[in-house]
Amino acid sequence: MRNQSRVAFYLLLMPLVLWLGLLIIIPHIDMLLISLRERVSFGVYDRSLAQYEKALTEPLYLRTFARTAVMSVLATAITLLIAFPVAYYIAKMARGRLQQVLFLLCLIPFYVSELVRTFGWMILLRETGIVSNLLQWAGLADQPVEMLYTDATMMVGLVYTSMLFMVVPLVTTLESLDDSVIEAGYDLGGSGLSVLREIIIPHAMPGIVSGCIVVFMLSLGNYLTPTMLGGKDSLWFTEMIYNQFIVRSNWELGAAFGFMLLVLSSVIVWGMLRLTGRTLKETMG
Amino acid sequence: MTPDLECVDLVKRFGDTTAVDNVSFSVPPGSFFSILGPSGCGKTTIMRMIAGFLDPTTGDIRIKGGSVLDTPPNKRPVNMVFQHLALFPMMTIAENIGYGLRRRGMSKPEIARKVDEALERIGLPGIGARKVDELSGGQKQRVAIARCMVLEPDVLLLDEPLGALDLKLREHMKVELKALQAAFDTTFVYITHDQSEALVMSDQIAVMNAGRFEQVGTGQDLYYRPETPFVAGFIGDTNRWSGRIEKAEGGTLQLRTESGLAMRASGAGLAPGDMAEIFVRPEAIRLAATAEGLAGFDNHLSGTVTSILFNGAASRLLVQDAAGETLEVTLPQSGEFDRLKRGDMVHIGWGAGQATCFATGAAGAR
Amino acid sequence: MIPTIPQSRTVRIVYGGYVALFFLYLALPLTVVAVFAFNDSQFPSLPWEGFTWNWFFGDTRPQIGVFHERGILGAVGTSAFVAACVAVLSVAVGTTNAFLFNRYDFRGKGLLYVLMLLPLVIPGIVLGISILVFSSTLANGIWDLAQMDIQALRPGLLLVILGQFSFITTIATLVISARLQKFDRTLEEAALNLGADRLTAVRTITLPFLAPAMIGAVVVAFLMSFENFNTTLMLVGSDAPLTIAMFDRLKEGSTPLLNAVSLLLMLGSSLLALMMILFQRRS
Repeated sequence: MRNQSRVAFYLLLMPLVLWLGLLIIIPHIDMLLISLRERVSFGVYDRSLAQYEKALTEPLYLRTFARTAVMSVLATAITLLIAFPVAYYIAKMARGRLQQVLFLLCLIPFYVSELVRTFGWMILLRETGIVSNLLQWAGLADQPVEMLYTDATMMVGLVYTSMLFMVVPLVTTLESLDDSVIEAGYDLGGSGLSVLREIIIPHAMPGIVSGCIVVFMLSLGNYLTPTMLGGKDSLWFTEMIYNQFIVRSNWELGAAFGFMLLVLSSVIVWGMLRLTGRTLKETMG
Repeated sequence: MTPDLECVDLVKRFGDTTAVDNVSFSVPPGSFFSILGPSGCGKTTIMRMIAGFLDPTTGDIRIKGGSVLDTPPNKRPVNMVFQHLALFPMMTIAENIGYGLRRRGMSKPEIARKVDEALERIGLPGIGARKVDELSGGQKQRVAIARCMVLEPDVLLLDEPLGALDLKLREHMKVELKALQAAFDTTFVYITHDQSEALVMSDQIAVMNAGRFEQVGTGQDLYYRPETPFVAGFIGDTNRWSGRIEKAEGGTLQLRTESGLAMRASGAGLAPGDMAEIFVRPEAIRLAATAEGLAGFDNHLSGTVTSILFNGAASRLLVQDAAGETLEVTLPQSGEFDRLKRGDMVHIGWGAGQATCFATGAAGAR
Repeated sequence: MIPTIPQSRTVRIVYGGYVALFFLYLALPLTVVAVFAFNDSQFPSLPWEGFTWNWFFGDTRPQIGVFHERGILGAVGTSAFVAACVAVLSVAVGTTNAFLFNRYDFRGKGLLYVLMLLPLVIPGIVLGISILVFSSTLANGIWDLAQMDIQALRPGLLLVILGQFSFITTIATLVISARLQKFDRTLEEAALNLGADRLTAVRTITLPFLAPAMIGAVVVAFLMSFENFNTTLMLVGSDAPLTIAMFDRLKEGSTPLLNAVSLLLMLGSSLLALMMILFQRRS
């Protein structure tokens, strides 16, 4: 019996170790190693920090890196601000059938490919698009208006794309807040604002943190939305990784960029967890 | 003296159903008032209307004489201890108790002082820094009450707060709640479906059924002098028959149950030929070994013991009479019946005053 | 602010209006995509040239419909193949992971659990390049050693499947673990007590209990794989799955053909998602 249980244990452990080892850990170590070398001549490489030096001294790279980080934080904040009232409405104001329908309506757009969603925004916002036509028809513009390829448009797309991942954890945590706790807040003399600040937001904190982490990750790692909706002169860091790898075949620099993106996301996720005193296990698991 | 709380012709309808049907009552200052009823009778609805979480369809709620219908819940001079207490899990005990004081804009040192005082008062000094989930059920209970009492409300509402506790603790908290009420000298309005809680703690009890008050009175009133069949059946245990009145003289009635048992009982407003329901409590029936011992009782009969429901002080016998009717009879623990066993013959008797009659189909009979 | 707390009419109307606007924002891009699939024009934009089914069923240039467009149909097939492989693989590994974490206590369990969650916080593009880099290191190594060229390790479907599998497995593990956690272990003990051996007990009692979660995980994994873009972009070879094929066409300029494909995609995935939700609600 004991032996049998040991065998079962190793049989169950094996897929996990193979998966994590061969597809996550070793590939990342390999990527790190590649980013730490420099091509001397054909097929001959040296260990060096040259790629990181290049990445950190070239203003275009550095600016894109910082821009991607800041815009992702901004997108996360905007998503949270837009999603919170909606999630609260679904969790606490809507009842019964309406609640279920609203929640489903939130889910369904996101089973559709991101490409389709982005395509939708392009049809709406381009020069010959719906909004432009609408504005002309309403007399608010006298010629076609191009709304694509600006930061604001890109932000609309980013927020749209990650909305679900904010709404769902928020609805889940807010639903677990007992109505009577909110009522007790009012009963003891609290106003709407103080109940929100002292009771609802502290309770929703786990949902806020996990929503923010996921949305931040998705924005940071997004390629499609910045490429299709963003301005030509405002690169996204993932585009630079793609360019180095696929267009220029400069894998060393590309790997260094990839590693920088990974470090950036880890630092921000870790910082967010630290700030709220939570663990990754509680937040994602 | 103006009552602390007064409800006038209170009605609450949800769509087609009437949850609260024309209820009026008033609660004098400093008293412990309970609303007792089975679940779904509308008692929670009344409480939520008083707290301001529901608007009455018609009627008025007055606190210290003034109507509070237009006052939002956070401005009403009533506070509520919720069924599951609703302590704020994201705050410490001190923050929980100080919550209402902070809302009033009281200064920090003042709040700290009041919180300490309250903790002292509920017998839990020094636990202010702890988290809610570190407390036991009984401690949480007391904190929930303290959280309201620091605000010195005119009326404290309690919504079955003992429901979640285990039996032993519940017995203990009954006594404690009564003591806290006396210590704070505040009007308590308590709702429960547990008659023992209501009987032990209350000055006045309203028995509620299907949206209406059946009877309002002290515990003794309800137990000895039920005014409706519902109250007679709901408060305490009872033997229950239906039968037809054969003779009526003054308050004393002569009747026969459906199974043929003849009985003398008391009840008002009944005439020969009327159908009636008769209630006799097991503890009102006297048990004796011989018929002579029961000479003073209006009703006596003999039967065989079919079962002994031994439960210490609350032990009962099931006695079957010649007509086949089974009665529940309290087994006295005075020693004389210790050797009683199944199949023994016993004699039982009770006075006409202990057998209460109501006309079948009278108001409130359900 | 909950329904039992009285609120002024204005507040309620403004709040309701905001929520309505939000849902309009959600619906707008998808509606536009759907509507222009029926525009009898070369461009998915105004002016509206009339209603047509040609972008679905048309078989003459310039309006070749989805069902006559070989490239798109092939890409759908590729995507479906990849998604099916990913779904089966990730749910299988997800199930063994769930059992491992739920049933065994061992040294390093906490660390392994965190590692298991990690793929969720690695950007998809980084996952893609790391696998690309590693597989080509492997392929080069094998070439150096044995002069063999392993085509499977070059960008192509195998790498796409592995890349998607690498993070979808985490999601499958979480979905299945959540259900396994709710399982009452005494049921299994009862089965043992009634004469089943351990494996039979798991097969006849535990797995049927897990089935709804496993089916749910299959559907989620399938949909996630089908719509994956970032990881796939870095690993794709000559056979492009649908999202990549559409992306390439979109870069060249769009025709309502893309709207028609998108509409079918939306219908398909909503249908699948709805079916799963209904199925899970029932069980």
